[in-house]
Amino acid sequence: MTVLTAADLAGNGARGDDPDSGGKFGIFGGRFVPEALIPALDEVSSVYNEAKTDPAFVAELDHLLRTYAGRPTTLTEVPRFAEHAGGARIILKREDLTHTGAHKINNVLGQALLTKRLGKSRVIAETGAGQHGVATATAAALMGLECVIYMGAVDCERQALNVARMKLLGATVVPVTNGSQTLKDAINEAFRDWVTNVDTTHYLFGTIAGPHPFPEIVRDFARIIGVEARRQMLELTGKLPDAICAAVGGGSNAIGIFHAFLDDHDVVLHGYEAAGRGLETGEHALTLTAGSVGVLHGSRTYVLQDDEGQTIESHSISAGLDYPGVGPEHAWLKDTGRAVYHGVTDAEAMDAFALLARSEGIIPAIESSHALAGAIKLGQELGSDATILVNLSGRGDKDMGTAMTYFGL
Amino acid sequence: MTTLQTVFAKAKADNRAALVGYLPAGFPTKQGAVEAAAAMVEAGCDVIEIGLPYSDPLMDGPTIQDAVHRSLLNGTRIADVMRTVEGVAKTGAATLVMTYWNPIDRYGVERFARDLANAGGVGTITPDLTPEESGQWREASASAGIDTVFLVAPSSTEERIKAVVECCTGFVYAASLMGVTGARESVNVAAEDLVARTKAHTSLPVCVGLGVGTGKQAAEVAGYADGVIVGSAFIRRLLDAPDSAGGLSAVRELAAELRAGVASR
Repeated sequence: MTVLTAADLAGNGARGDDPDSGGKFGIFGGRFVPEALIPALDEVSSVYNEAKTDPAFVAELDHLLRTYAGRPTTLTEVPRFAEHAGGARIILKREDLTHTGAHKINNVLGQALLTKRLGKSRVIAETGAGQHGVATATAAALMGLECVIYMGAVDCERQALNVARMKLLGATVVPVTNGSQTLKDAINEAFRDWVTNVDTTHYLFGTIAGPHPFPEIVRDFARIIGVEARRQMLELTGKLPDAICAAVGGGSNAIGIFHAFLDDHDVVLHGYEAAGRGLETGEHALTLTAGSVGVLHGSRTYVLQDDEGQTIESHSISAGLDYPGVGPEHAWLKDTGRAVYHGVTDAEAMDAFALLARSEGIIPAIESSHALAGAIKLGQELGSDATILVNLSGRGDKDMGTAMTYFGL
Repeated sequence: MTTLQTVFAKAKADNRAALVGYLPAGFPTKQGAVEAAAAMVEAGCDVIEIGLPYSDPLMDGPTIQDAVHRSLLNGTRIADVMRTVEGVAKTGAATLVMTYWNPIDRYGVERFARDLANAGGVGTITPDLTPEESGQWREASASAGIDTVFLVAPSSTEERIKAVVECCTGFVYAASLMGVTGARESVNVAAEDLVARTKAHTSLPVCVGLGVGTGKQAAEVAGYADGVIVGSAFIRRLLDAPDSAGGLSAVRELAAELRAGVASR
């Protein structure tokens, strides 16, 4: 049985929310990049538009998703965890069980196939937590592509295990030592590589940010999460959930689970950003909740910036959420009110991290723990009649170093 | 105030290419940038681009990244950029601001255009603003009476070149290579072809930047372009100088070498 159909990828027009030809979600999105990159972006757009309606491409991706990534991923109900969430029914979408341990593999397999279709032999990628880097290195190994990963030097340190994994998979990992030495600087460096090597290289963008068409392509490859979850929820509970919770850094796992539910107006979509040490400390990654509209990394979106448009460095205990921008589609969902966004502090996320481990035997990624912490608060608000679907976007093996320090293990 | 139109007309009359030098505001210090630019003008630069330091300079190579980083550490704000423009314009050079788009977007499009014009600036170069997104900026610039310069690149199709030059006033910036800013061993051969392709669509002057850093390279580029743009090589001189006096004499020397280059086409 297939997990992916052409309609899952190509049905955008029918949903009425396809970014227009300039890649705009309302006022958000677009392209703010050097002219030198425009032909490459146009090429990616046109090759993708062909691919997504090509049955052979869809079948090949479907095959990889089933036999390599391990899709469909299951749902797991977590009653012992839910006792702490007002007794609401809490159900996890288990993206942590995919190959490489996070939802990132969905996008990466799609874009790696696209790279071959583009006739390119080299992929580059940025990574924060290292999950996108690992996924990219994995797909590159699988498909025989040269792979270079840019990763902030600070992130290399806090995600040392993932650096080793990428190296083992044959990728070159370049620690980025300028700026804040985190995800945003890794993206800058990857763009510099891309403009220099664009003839041979595809920039395998890891989240729904960046210039058009990346927000659209990454979303389309991630939306399998919600497509499956919607069907599975109907099978398991006989109805759609009352609410969906997902963590938001760049926003790919959240858009992945939200998107298939956009037309289900009774399903409330909740995104949780990293509040870090708290809004009042200024050390957070509350782009949607506390940022303002600007341009970062090629698209118009919400940005953490000062009064003169200089990017403000973000903070989160979770490298994957430590980003001062966010995908333009989330900016649009926020402004249209279709989704609501909140902050979860480092401490709340770490509590949820430990709670899920002890109550259910599942160690979540710290990124995903922000969504779990959100679900606890939401469950207490909604009460025991509510059903909440949480995107467990990744597993926590990579976070054991952070956990050992945080909990003194 | 010297306009770009005056500069290019004069260079043409002299049968040479114009020399355009770049420096970020606030580097090596706020006052030091004005002094360095003045030295560059004195030794032969016709046009000065003042860079607006930005936290995420994704099309700049290590030299300009380093300078911009230092400038931001010096606390450079947009008011300082405007003061720098004012100081440099007084030297008689046509003075532009080169900036990523977000600082203008955030400062306010009309306010930025007006303040720049009031400071004596003659226009902007906006490397990450595409024709599609440029409407509001071109309107604001036109009402403030300043020029808008955009970039074409070796990868640009005929259609893109046409779209870009239609948005340009003053001149067209031809990026000589696919890559970030920074001096190179040689100027990419694609530059000459790009200039020719660009000239097929516009009567505006076409200037070549990225990778030019010596008098010999300047002479080569001056053989086919209306202007030669040099940035990183000037910054490198300032970074390597033992003190500010040494920096000034180093940039003066380089400007003179480049000026001789653009005149020996």
